[in-house]
Parts: sequence; structure tokens; C-alpha cells
Amino acid sequence: MEKTVNQKAWFLVLPVLLLVAFSAVIPLMTVVNYSVQDTFGNNQFFWAGLEWFEEMLRSERMWDALGRQLMFSGIILAIEIPLGIFVALNMPKSGFWSSFCLVLMSLPLLIPWNVVGTIWQIFGRVDIGLLGYTLDALGINYNYTQDILAAWVTIIVMDVWHWTSLVALLAFAGLKSIPDAYYQAAKIDQASRWKVFCFIELPKMMGVLMIAILLRFMDSFMIYTEPFVVTGGGPGNATTLLSIDLVKMALGQFDLGPAAAFSIMYFLVILLISWVFYTVMTNLEKREG
Amino acid sequence: MAKITLDNLAHSYLPNPGSEDDFALKELNHDWTDGEAYALLGSSGCGKSTLLNIISGLLHPSQGRILFDGKDVTHAPTAERNIAQVFQFPVVYDTMTVHDNLAFPLRNRGRDESYVAERVQEIARMIGMEDMLRKKARGLTADAKQKISLGRGMVRKDVNALLFDEPLTVIDPHMKWELRTQLKQLHHDFGHTMIYVTHDQTEALTFADKVVVMYDGRVVQIGTPEELFERPEHTFVGYFIGSPGMNVIPARIDGNKAYVNGSYVELAQGYKPLDGKVEIGVRPEFARLSQSEGLPVKVRRVEDVGRHKIIRAEFFGSDINIIAGEDDHISADMNRVTFDANRVNVYANDWRVNGRPRDGGPSDPDTATDHGTPDPNG
Repeated sequence: MEKTVNQKAWFLVLPVLLLVAFSAVIPLMTVVNYSVQDTFGNNQFFWAGLEWFEEMLRSERMWDALGRQLMFSGIILAIEIPLGIFVALNMPKSGFWSSFCLVLMSLPLLIPWNVVGTIWQIFGRVDIGLLGYTLDALGINYNYTQDILAAWVTIIVMDVWHWTSLVALLAFAGLKSIPDAYYQAAKIDQASRWKVFCFIELPKMMGVLMIAILLRFMDSFMIYTEPFVVTGGGPGNATTLLSIDLVKMALGQFDLGPAAAFSIMYFLVILLISWVFYTVMTNLEKREG
Repeated sequence: MAKITLDNLAHSYLPNPGSEDDFALKELNHDWTDGEAYALLGSSGCGKSTLLNIISGLLHPSQGRILFDGKDVTHAPTAERNIAQVFQFPVVYDTMTVHDNLAFPLRNRGRDESYVAERVQEIARMIGMEDMLRKKARGLTADAKQKISLGRGMVRKDVNALLFDEPLTVIDPHMKWELRTQLKQLHHDFGHTMIYVTHDQTEALTFADKVVVMYDGRVVQIGTPEELFERPEHTFVGYFIGSPGMNVIPARIDGNKAYVNGSYVELAQGYKPLDGKVEIGVRPEFARLSQSEGLPVKVRRVEDVGRHKIIRAEFFGSDINIIAGEDDHISADMNRVTFDANRVNVYANDWRVNGRPRDGGPSDPDTATDHGTPDPNG
């Protein structure tokens, strides 16, 4: 069929274009704008070229924050994914208790991030917090405001508490979609529990697990509120993750140029890692197919 | 290989079954003879799969016992029973190769690798997948996957029984024939006890030595294909087997005559007075259209199916089918039907009733109810 060409049709795209422009493109462009300029106040700006980017790449502070960030994301993924699968495997498959578990597990996901931070901040306090007080009474030296290890353990346990449910729910959905015949065939074939997991459950869960890993990676890589509320990035800079550092730089020190350059690189790193991750995972699936 | 005995077996999916209707599988006593090929035939939801899963131990019965060669295995887990089962939809282990899929049941039982390799080759040849052994199972078509499932079921030589739960549903028609022939061959060669669940009568009749027909959670008849055709013990068997099925006509029996709306049909035997719902059953093959004799019918349609003609007609307000030969001439004035008196069966409350020969002598041993048919009122 011959297509009619009418250039006026472009006007139909205009509303979307405007919407996206105001909600995403223009704000992002102001960041780009700041990243290539310098100011000495009075709203006077000078062209700085790629100077801020170069400075940021040389900045030990940024590399340290990136290192901490990668460590944080790595640790929580290494805990939440296996733990989530383990929880999903042990949940009741149907009936009242299944629904009960689902509701119970959704609860942490419904709590605002700020509140999660506050809960753990209080929970861990040595003077009034149940956890902090108990540990202290047991003779364990636990003080997340002074001890680096304690601070890290606190924010990691908090994240695990907050987000393992998501992995578990996704894994549970994956498990539920496996037809009974697979388990019956495995029984007939005399497969051990471990083999059932390796050859039936894990392959069938791969799709949802991929989504879970990607979501948890992106989310944890951008985390700000919870650790900020609990530790404020301390002690020292021990828990200053990328977002916390960025806010310190942009709003605390009002270094708009470096902060803007930082933001852009931060964004590109997330984009890059997610893309690499996604490509590797889909290729893996294709190769097996 | 083993003889499988079902003793007072029944199953309900409800925790506290009350009336008989609560049972998906009604009380059943039966011996599955060692080395015989059975087909379990019935429409969907009649309890076939339930029975199969109880035998393989995937389901534990609400009552009764299962014995393998006299040993009680009612509560034994599936693994202990050493049974192979193939399911309706293909089950393959996606991440494994075809070879590993076939080897899986053997490796799980700790057989040594040289035996496994040899056995896998043998099975691969049987299902025609020798050149695919190195492939991953994931990307294969549904019928290739089902062939793997069948292969996995047959790979163990020492199984007590091979159970098939409608295994050819997803297979192409031409492959169906081939696989079914191979299954028969396998049965012939190794003499496994085989139970084959299906709702396809052709499949059942061609595969099995004995066909077990189930209806509404009950075994209604066990017999050879011939017995099922000639002497259906239950009206369900009559119309489920045969194409088209048996004609079942409400009638009143008086001695050796069956009265249908005032006219009568001659019977080969005499009957005692019968209570309840009384019907006569005649297969379309044993009914004949005629110009002068018999009872009036109104012919609606004649279907020529090649080997014969099927006449759809109205008989005192109900439908009746008649089969005529390919070359039989059917004219507009043929508006009467006759039945072969020897082939008319009498049913009371859906169960076949034995008659007495006309001369009052001993009843014909051929027509005696056997095969442990359940009590019609039970």
C-alpha cells in the first residue's frame, strides 16, 4: 500500500516532545550547561570546557566514593539474591499462609525510604534502640556512629531488610509458573532436591531473576535516603556513597560545575553498567536457546 | 516388572469425603497382569490421571492399598516404586543436552557411565534423535521434546511398569503412528507392564491388549477391543467406543420383545421384568434401513465417509445412526429400520443385563458378566 506523506503530521508528535523536553531534556541540559562552565558568583558564567570532567576523573574523592558504591551494591546483591530465592523456595505455595506471607513480605516495600532510615537509625542506637542496646548489653562493641564496620553492617542489613522481599516476590512468581508435571517427572526420574533446583527451578526462574538483579543493582547504585538518614555518610566518609557525595558537593559546598560533571558521569556509569549487564544476560539466554 | 494389585482403592481430593460423589476415583479392585499392555480410556475428568498418579505414587489414595507383586507400596514414595511415567505435556530439562536428558534417570540411580552411554544411544536410535544428542533441549520443537520425555521413560530397563498419561497429544499425526508402533514394539521386546491413558479410542484399541474404560470415576468395563465393541457392559462404553457410538433407545422389555413406543423389536433372548431406566443398545453397524420391515424412521441426512455411509435419522423423537455399506443404495422410500436381534443389548440403569436363551436353557457363557464389573446399584 502506498503511504501518504503529510509533513503536518509532525504536529501530532509535538505535545509529547514538549512534555519530554520540560520533564527531562531541559533539566538535563542545565546540568550539562553547568558542567562546562565556571562562575564566581553574581550569576556570571565563564566557559570552562571539559575542565570539571578532568578534575573529577583525577579526584580521589570520587574514585573512593565509586569504590564504596560498588562494594555496597556487590554486597547487597550477593546477599539479597540468594536469600530471596531461599525465601521463595520455602514459602507456602498456596492457600491462606501463602497470601499471608506475600502480604507480610510486601510490607517493607511499602515503607517510605526516609522512614526506613529513621526506623534503623533508632533501632540501632545504643541508648534507646532495641538492637543497639541489646548488642551493647551482650558485650558487643556496636556503635554505628563511630565504628566503620558497625556502620556498614547497619546499612547493609537495612537494605537487605528493605529489599529482599522484592527478590523473593519475583522469584516466587517464577516458581509458581512451573507446571506440576516438572516436579512429578523429577520424582519419577529420582532427582535429588538439589538437582530439582539446578535443572528445573533455577532455569525457569532465570528470566525474573535477571530483572531482580538489574532492578536491585540500579536501585542500590543510586541509593541515597536510607544511609544518609542512618549514618549521614559517616563515620568520616566511610559510608559516603556516590549520591551522598554528590549532594554534599552540589548543595553543601555549592560546587555546581564539578557536581554537574560528576552527575553526568554518574548517570553514564549506571547506563553503561546496566547496558553491559543486560546484553550479557540476554546473550547468555540466546546462546542457551 | 511386576503385577500391580489395586485393593479397595478409592480417592477423593476433598479432605473429608462424604457421599460417593466426592470421590474422583470410586472404589476399585483390579489386578494389572505382569507384562500386559493396558489402555485406560475415558473422557476428560473421569479419573484416569488420578488412577495413574496413584499407581506411580505421585498421589496417595484416600483409601485402599496398592501392591506390587504382593508387596504393599501404598505409602512408598515414587522413587521406591521404580516406575516410569510420561506426561501429557513434554517435560525436558532445558539447560541439559538431549543426551544428558536421556541419561538423567540412569545417572540419578548411580549407573556407571559406560552403561549410560550405551543405553542412551539405544534409546536415541529408537526415538530417531541420534544426530541431536549434543543439542540443548531448550530450543527443540514440542514433539521433539515429547520424544525426549518418552525416551527418558524408556531408558531404564528394570522398571516395574511404564505409565503413559496421554503422551501423544502434542505429537504430529504421522509421528503418532510411528511412536505408537515403537511403543508396541518395545512392549513386545521387553514385556513391560504398560498402562496408557488416553481419550482417543483408536489409540486405545490399537495399543492395548486390554482396554479399561472409565466413566465418572468408575471402571465400567475391562476387556479386549472386541468385547468392548460387541458387548458394552455400560451404555457409556457403547457410545464412547465406535464411530458413531451405539444407539441407546428407551424401551420396555417383556420377555423376548422390546417395546418402543408401541412397536416391538425382537430380542435373541428373554429377560426377566426390569426396573428403573430400561434401554436397548444397538450399534449402527447392526441396524439396517429397509422399505418394508421394521420400525418407522425419518431419515434426515446421509453422510458418505468413504468406506461406508452413515445415516442420521429420527426414531420416535430421538436420534439414531445407521451404517450402510459403501455400495448400498439408499432411496427415499426406505423409511423403516431393522435390528440384528443377536446384537441388541438390553440395559437397566445403564448397565447391561443378561438374558436367558429363548428355549429356556442355561445362559450363554459368552454373555455372562465377567471382568469383575461393579455392582450396578453400588
